[in-house]
Amino acid sequence: MADKRSTLDELVAELRPGMTVGIGGWGSRRKPMAAVRAICRSGVDDLTVVAYGGPDVGLLCATGKARRVVTGFVTLDSIPLDPHWRAARQEGRVELTEFDEGMLYLGLQAAAWRVPFLPTRAGLGSDVLTVNPRLRTVRSPYEDGPFADPLDHGAELVAVPALRLDLAIVHANRADAAGNAQFLGPDRYFDELYLGAAARRFVTAEKVVEEGALPAEGPLAAVTAHRLLVDAVVETPGGAHFTSCEPDYGRDEAFQRAYVDAAKDPQAWERFRARHLEVDEAGYRAAVREGAAR
Amino acid sequence: MTPEGDVTRAEICAVACAEVWRDAGEVLASPFGTIPSLGARLALRTFSPDLVLTDGEAALIVGAPPLGAEPVREAAMPFRTVFDLLWSGRRHVMMMASQIDRQGNQNLSVIGDWARPKTQLVGVRGAPGNSVNHPTSYWVPDHSPRSFVEQVDMVAGVGYRRAAGAGPGATRFHHVHRVVSNLGVFDFETPERVMRLRSVHPGVTVGEVRAATGFELVVPDDVPESRGPTADELELLRNVLDPAATRDREVKG
Repeated sequence: MADKRSTLDELVAELRPGMTVGIGGWGSRRKPMAAVRAICRSGVDDLTVVAYGGPDVGLLCATGKARRVVTGFVTLDSIPLDPHWRAARQEGRVELTEFDEGMLYLGLQAAAWRVPFLPTRAGLGSDVLTVNPRLRTVRSPYEDGPFADPLDHGAELVAVPALRLDLAIVHANRADAAGNAQFLGPDRYFDELYLGAAARRFVTAEKVVEEGALPAEGPLAAVTAHRLLVDAVVETPGGAHFTSCEPDYGRDEAFQRAYVDAAKDPQAWERFRARHLEVDEAGYRAAVREGAAR
Repeated sequence: MTPEGDVTRAEICAVACAEVWRDAGEVLASPFGTIPSLGARLALRTFSPDLVLTDGEAALIVGAPPLGAEPVREAAMPFRTVFDLLWSGRRHVMMMASQIDRQGNQNLSVIGDWARPKTQLVGVRGAPGNSVNHPTSYWVPDHSPRSFVEQVDMVAGVGYRRAAGAGPGATRFHHVHRVVSNLGVFDFETPERVMRLRSVHPGVTVGEVRAATGFELVVPDDVPESRGPTADELELLRNVLDPAATRDREVKG
């Protein structure tokens, strides 16, 4: 077995300007924030970010790393809108490829299955097709014969293009040294699809154990991202902070509020950045503990 | 029993939202906002007992617990499987709308020019797919010419003319059912499939609704009042489903 244990530095070293990066999780839930912070600290920019957007998108926009975001929404869940994302859009600092949520799912699935597109009704008639003029529709080839559905005769469907990723990053509760990843919370979101859609696949995890030790951590059925989908695992305790990582920890609402408040003015942002982004993970965790103690 | 005169606007709105799911059968009710959540619960507890609710995360729940109460979970429903329901039509969503127009187009993406928005909102979310795959209703707690507009700035949820223009792929399962606002209830049951005033909430005049609407509404000769809660419904709303009266934070009066 190949030992796939790696580091955030090795993850960042694989990034190049212009790459397309998929980030797992959903909104402000189980985001690989330690990896996002490492990208924010790095010299890489000009990234295209594919995500069900949360503060990962907000931070990558606030630090100028994202040139384009492919998403259906950006939200902090308990706080509906991310002010860093809003500012970047309203000031024209980032481009948007806006898809329906389901289209994003199908685009990742198409890439994972190595087909150029998957058809859906989602998007038809909406301005998603207007603001993405290169999206195409397809007509069912089953107009007659045994496979035809007369009620869909002449129907055009949206051909959601495969969203091929250069690199995917997802955060799991547990992983092992061989690259298997275990999700102990209620929802896997779309994480296996990001891994399937990507050329290089990173899993960060609260805890990395030896190969074969995951059944002792939780149900085998929760090991849904197996090593065939993963190139590297990085142990990042608290690596989803301040987003939720059930059942290990919930969202840090007070910290999320501080993240939102940091968008108020340039001085507030500089303080947040110096304290929480210009430091390594150990420094970050120390700053979070210190902030919570105050 | 409370005299009818004491019924609040929020309670009228909750009943109007509940009515959205009348005769819906065994489908997933996906309400967004406090009053739609209350309405779905009320419908499930009364005239639509087969409705199914989620815990807002990744599970189907038993019955309709009070707002904020810890539910009993009965089945797993992670986000990926919500699309199985959505695309197979076993769902009726009530989304919010930052803007809604005469054709039934809804917007929660941006205000202003999409390329460089004046205000970036949450995004189209699942509205494009919802609106062409299963019944979709909308809730607007602040009815004004800024929310009821001639044309939305970005079509997220698809209205009748847009669906027709996109062909049978879009129209086959398209159904914008109702719009409920703090002033009244609206539908699209007109020959041109444009928005019609279905009822006004007690205490609201047709003139007030017209003045708060940024386009020409279809107004029938006789506009009924939105119905109030029955005694049983009022008891459920006040003493069981929302004893903390969180509904009053979304709609006053």
